[in-house]
Amino acid sequence: MTQKMNRHDHKNCRKLLGSLSDYVDGELGEELCSVIETHMTDCEDCRIVVDTLRKTVDIYHMTSEVETLPGDIKERLYKTLDIEAYLG
Amino acid sequence: MNDIDNKVELEGFSLELLHEGNHEEFSRVVETYSNKVYRLATKMLNNQLDAEDVLQETFIKAYRGIKTFDGRSKISTWLFRIATNEALMILRRKQPNLLSIDEPVETEEGEKEPIQIVDWCCLPENEYLSDETRVRLNAAVLTLPDNLRVVFLLRDISDLSTHEAAEVLGLSDTAVKTRLSRARLRLREELSGYFGERVRIMRETLGKQSNEISI
Repeated sequence: MTQKMNRHDHKNCRKLLGSLSDYVDGELGEELCSVIETHMTDCEDCRIVVDTLRKTVDIYHMTSEVETLPGDIKERLYKTLDIEAYLG
Repeated sequence: MNDIDNKVELEGFSLELLHEGNHEEFSRVVETYSNKVYRLATKMLNNQLDAEDVLQETFIKAYRGIKTFDGRSKISTWLFRIATNEALMILRRKQPNLLSIDEPVETEEGEKEPIQIVDWCCLPENEYLSDETRVRLNAAVLTLPDNLRVVFLLRDISDLSTHEAAEVLGLSDTAVKTRLSRARLRLREELSGYFGERVRIMRETLGKQSNEISI
C-alpha cells in the first residue's frame, strides 16, 4: 500500500478534491461517486481526507445543537419586542 | 397565493395572523428562531454584545417589515437574510477593507491541497464533545474568511439547504457549494492539527499502559 501511495503522483487526488464535500453530503452523481470510491481503495491519503472531512461536518452538526440562547438575552429580546407575556 | 405556495404555513405559522400584527403568533416565530439567529450571529462576530444587537435588530426589522413579507420563501430564510445582512454590516464597520460577500472566490488557487493526513476518526466520542474541543471548533471557524464562514454557518450550523443559503446571500447554488467545499476542507485541515495531536497522545498512553502490563 505504502509503495503504491508513493508511486502515484496525486494528480487525480487534486482533481477530486472539489467534489468531496458533495460526496460526503450524498449529493454527487453516481458516476463521480464510483470514481471517488475506486480511487479511495488505492489511495489511503484520500480515504483519510474523506473520512476526516465527513467527521468534521458531523462534529459541527453534533455540537451546534446543544448551544442555546442565554436566558437574560432572551428576556431582553422579548421586552424590546413587547411580547414578554409570551416568554416561555 | 394558494396554500402550496405558502411556505410560511408549511413551517406552521399563519401568514394572515402575522400580517395582522398578532403578538402571540409573532412570539411563536421568535421562540422558534431566536436560538438559531443568535447562534449564527455569535459565530459570525465572536462578540456577545454584537450578537445580541444582531438578534434584536433582526426581530425588530422582521416585526416592522412583516407586512411586506409575502411568504414565497420560508420565514426562517427571510430572518436569516436580515440577520446575515446585520452581521455583515457590523463586520464591515469594524474592517472597512473587508472583501464583499458577493465578490467571486471561485478562482484557481481557491482549492488548497490537504497537508494534514492523519486519521483521527478513531478517537473516543467524548473527545469530540469536550469543552476544549468546543473552543477549538469555534476558533477554527473564525480562521475562515468572512465569505466562506457565512456559507459554512448557514449550511452546517443553521441547517439551511444549498438553495436557501443561496437565497439568503443572493448567490447561485453553485457558488454556495464551492464556498462550502472550501470552508469544510479548511476546517478539516485546522481540526486535523488538533485531533491529530489527541490521537498521538492517546496512542502514547495506550503504549505506556500495555508496557506496564507486560512488565
